[in-house]
Amino acid sequence: MHGFANPKRFLSIANWLTPLLFVSGIVLSAVALWWGLFNVPPDRLMGDTVRILFIHVPAAWLGMGGWTAIAISSLVFLVWRHPLASLAARAAAVPGAVFTAVCLATGSIWGRPTWGTWWVWDGRLTSMLVLLFLYFGYIALAQSVAREGGSSRIPAIFGLVGAVNIPIINRSVVWWNSLHQPPSITMGKSAIDPAFLVPLAIAVLGFSLLFGGIVLARMRALLADIQADARLRRKAMGDEALA
Amino acid sequence: MIVRLLLRDLSQLLPGGRRGGSMLPLLFFLAVAMLYPFAVGPDAPLLARTGGGVIWVAALLASILPLDRLVAPDLEQGVFDQLALRGVAEEVVIAVRVLAHWLSFAPLLLLASVLAAALLNLSGETLKLVLAGLLAGTPGLAAIGVTIAALTAGLRTGAALSGLLLIPLAVPVLIFGAGALERADYGAIALCGAISLVLVAIAPFAGGAAIRAAREG
Repeated sequence: MHGFANPKRFLSIANWLTPLLFVSGIVLSAVALWWGLFNVPPDRLMGDTVRILFIHVPAAWLGMGGWTAIAISSLVFLVWRHPLASLAARAAAVPGAVFTAVCLATGSIWGRPTWGTWWVWDGRLTSMLVLLFLYFGYIALAQSVAREGGSSRIPAIFGLVGAVNIPIINRSVVWWNSLHQPPSITMGKSAIDPAFLVPLAIAVLGFSLLFGGIVLARMRALLADIQADARLRRKAMGDEALA
Repeated sequence: MIVRLLLRDLSQLLPGGRRGGSMLPLLFFLAVAMLYPFAVGPDAPLLARTGGGVIWVAALLASILPLDRLVAPDLEQGVFDQLALRGVAEEVVIAVRVLAHWLSFAPLLLLASVLAAALLNLSGETLKLVLAGLLAGTPGLAAIGVTIAALTAGLRTGAALSGLLLIPLAVPVLIFGAGALERADYGAIALCGAISLVLVAIAPFAGGAAIRAAREG
């Protein structure tokens, strides 16, 4: 790797920004969850089960936002060859996959009492499931590229191909669902009441800040890995030169 | 130049070509079609109702098998470098490879689906829909296949990875191709063809970029 696009400057910002994002994210998420779990009236139709909304929606938002981050970073990396962008894409993949999984899990738990089943092949559920598999593919590809010393542009290309395909997958799944069965499940909400909206917005913000903190922390870890590798290699070369 | 490249690719990829083994995905495809009745029982109406979908799943799985032979050997032997020296763009090489890959497996796959349709007790009408759907969908599968093959060509673990990478991307093709069976709907087949065209349009650029990335390391 031909020297980083100034990792020093990145680290000087990331070093204080990471704990800041973590602390503010945890505080906001805690406030939102406390508000959502104890201070919001139960829903008319769904009762107390509606409270899972405050984890489910931020997780869904970040599951999709994670791939957006991968796509933008991949584009920046491919066009401007900015090395930190490749690290950012790799760093965003794992939390993105985790939040997608959390979204699927909470949705499944929510579906049990309200829909009477753990899983339905509903358009939105299905496209999240496909998205999860795209994340798995991306993570596996990025890992084997990193392990075998391949070009980091390979996962970036896959990230962009995936980003082009995600809307197609999403539309096709929705369309497929309408082909098979009439929408037997419609969410029992026409519009969200402000009583729900405020804590929900705080939860989304808090989760997003946490996501940013995780990405920065993982980028720092990846950078440290690369720097340790480079130092070892320099040492090995130096020893050979001496011998 | 393009024609010579296509003939060369075909001589490698067609059954009995130097890279041989192109019959293997087809045999695998038929084997899956054979397995399904063993798993759900030889109930003729059930097979007739679900058999079209089984053919689609089998075709998708079979399209994973040849991925490690599509691009990786040429990358190792420096064929792409030679072509680049001659001034042939990677995008052109990949576009020709998609066409060659499609020619080497789609016509045979259609023939094999006729056999599989007999095994699965499909009606003539369903078979027509399956064939039309496969005709519309296989260019897209070939395009995804070559893209994935180019992305994983330089990796030792590429063969194992490519299945995981291909399946989510192939979901729309499967949905519309097999979705046409449900209602005998040729509109779904047209949509399947549209998605195929999008995938074919992406493949040369993504695959070409992957080849260049693998070369420059």
